[in-house]
Amino acid sequence: MLLEVDDLCVNYGRIEAIRNVSFTVGEGEVVTLIGANGAGKTTTMKTISGLRPVRAGSIRFKGEDITSMPAHDRPVLGIAQSPEGRGVFVGMTVAENLDMGAYARVDRKTKAVKDDLDRVYSLFPRLSERQTQVAGTMSGGEQQMLAIGRALMARPTLLLLDEPSMGLAPMLIQQIFDIVTEINQQGTTVLLVEQNAAQALKRAHRAYILETGEVVREGTGAELAADPAVKAAYLGGDV
Amino acid sequence: MNLLIHHFWELTITGLTIGAIYALVALGYTLVYGVLRLINFAHSEVFMYGSFAAVWVLMALNAAGATGLGLVGFLLLGGIAAMAASALVAFILELVAYRPLRKRNSPPLIALISAIGASFVLSEAMGLRDKPFAWLGLDAKLADYVGRPRENTPLPALLHSQKLFNFFGYNVTNVDVIILVSAIIMMVVLDQFVRRSRLGRGIRAVAMDAESAALMGVNHNRVIRLTFVIGGIMAGGAAMLYLLKIGVTRYNAGFILGIKAFTAAVLGGIGNLRGALLGGFVLGVAENYGSALVGSQWKDVVAFVLLIVILLFRPTGLLGESLGKARA
Repeated sequence: MLLEVDDLCVNYGRIEAIRNVSFTVGEGEVVTLIGANGAGKTTTMKTISGLRPVRAGSIRFKGEDITSMPAHDRPVLGIAQSPEGRGVFVGMTVAENLDMGAYARVDRKTKAVKDDLDRVYSLFPRLSERQTQVAGTMSGGEQQMLAIGRALMARPTLLLLDEPSMGLAPMLIQQIFDIVTEINQQGTTVLLVEQNAAQALKRAHRAYILETGEVVREGTGAELAADPAVKAAYLGGDV
Repeated sequence: MNLLIHHFWELTITGLTIGAIYALVALGYTLVYGVLRLINFAHSEVFMYGSFAAVWVLMALNAAGATGLGLVGFLLLGGIAAMAASALVAFILELVAYRPLRKRNSPPLIALISAIGASFVLSEAMGLRDKPFAWLGLDAKLADYVGRPRENTPLPALLHSQKLFNFFGYNVTNVDVIILVSAIIMMVVLDQFVRRSRLGRGIRAVAMDAESAALMGVNHNRVIRLTFVIGGIMAGGAAMLYLLKIGVTRYNAGFILGIKAFTAAVLGGIGNLRGALLGGFVLGVAENYGSALVGSQWKDVVAFVLLIVILLFRPTGLLGESLGKARA
């Protein structure tokens, strides 16, 4: 398994944000965590990236225990995240933001980075057109593309996508999910957190459902999408 | 009014030279504020230690009276000594006064108190420097360095002010030129470093969004240490230029200058590098004009009235945006 999360517990002060969360992500998979607001999805993502301290449990990546590794040491191992709310550097240009994505790479001075930049620009032609635009002046959808592109610039083994569809127009949502599938087909493992459960289940090989900080269901994307209880709770019945 | 009109260019140029010194020190306040949202009140002492380092190194080397290439060498050496000492003090300051608080997630007010405390400790340590040497029995031997610790310590007579050329009736001196040229060189180098280098981008990234920066692999603590050291280097350079202009330093020389530099940083928009530079120059010149208009004893009053008036109309300072939002 590429990523193994075992009995993970994370607190905010005295409040338990997630409790005994366990799941795995295999090489080449798209795995999704779905759940309502406040279920602990974003906390889980931030903890995998090292932004939140772990109270109990463990995180293993490529077999190595990274539970207490500082966040800034994780990108070089192959973990990159496009955070919730995009987190682009608003005062930097598109090109500078993408350059920041490759900040931790050992091979940042080689042609490999240029190749990855070309790949990001071909996935997101919009970014290519706007290389010199300051990120803060772009639309939400464009910033989302930038956040994903920036994460790809780290050439990650595991790409963490936190709510890539948040606040986007339906057309754009479709486009973003198509790109997620494309990225996966190019060989990157994806862990996807979504409120748009219908799309997420359609794209994912496997899925976990989080409720109030705990994993309550797991299965393949198709299984869960067909489950009446899941349909009622997350899909609004109309899939 | 007559004074202002007749001496307009003199007031402008001497205002720009003191303004350049304010600006260099202001950079330290603004950089640290940008990445930590902390006003490093001990930055004034970082400046003061640099000034002593320059004086002592030049005293030890018997630099007084040097001419030609020797003079240039001594000036550079003094500057380097000041920068090194200031950078070191800033580095230690961060390690001792701020990092332990950050580790424990202390609220910002606590860090502010720590800053004020560190400022007093550093300043008084310099003001009482004869004591430890007296205990060691070294005070007679080192009397030139530690004697009369609370009085002015002069820079060895090195650079004599000479008029170089006439600029609209004001005789521009070699000191004016050296101060302005070296300050501008330091500013341009810093600006380019922050904009173009990888580490500079790391600083900007942390200032804009510390969590995202960590996701990119930027080491937060290393960036903070770097900003303290860079701020120290700029303050050290400022200290050498200050000595050339004022001629003496003392254990509390950083106090008023630090407040002025902090004012300059706020005036330009704290957190904004170019704002600090603009704020420094504006403040230096405005002070001079103000003293010509209402008398030089009102100089500091003019500076702070200017600050208040500008903040009333532009609460975020002249250039407004933070280091985070600004493109530089």
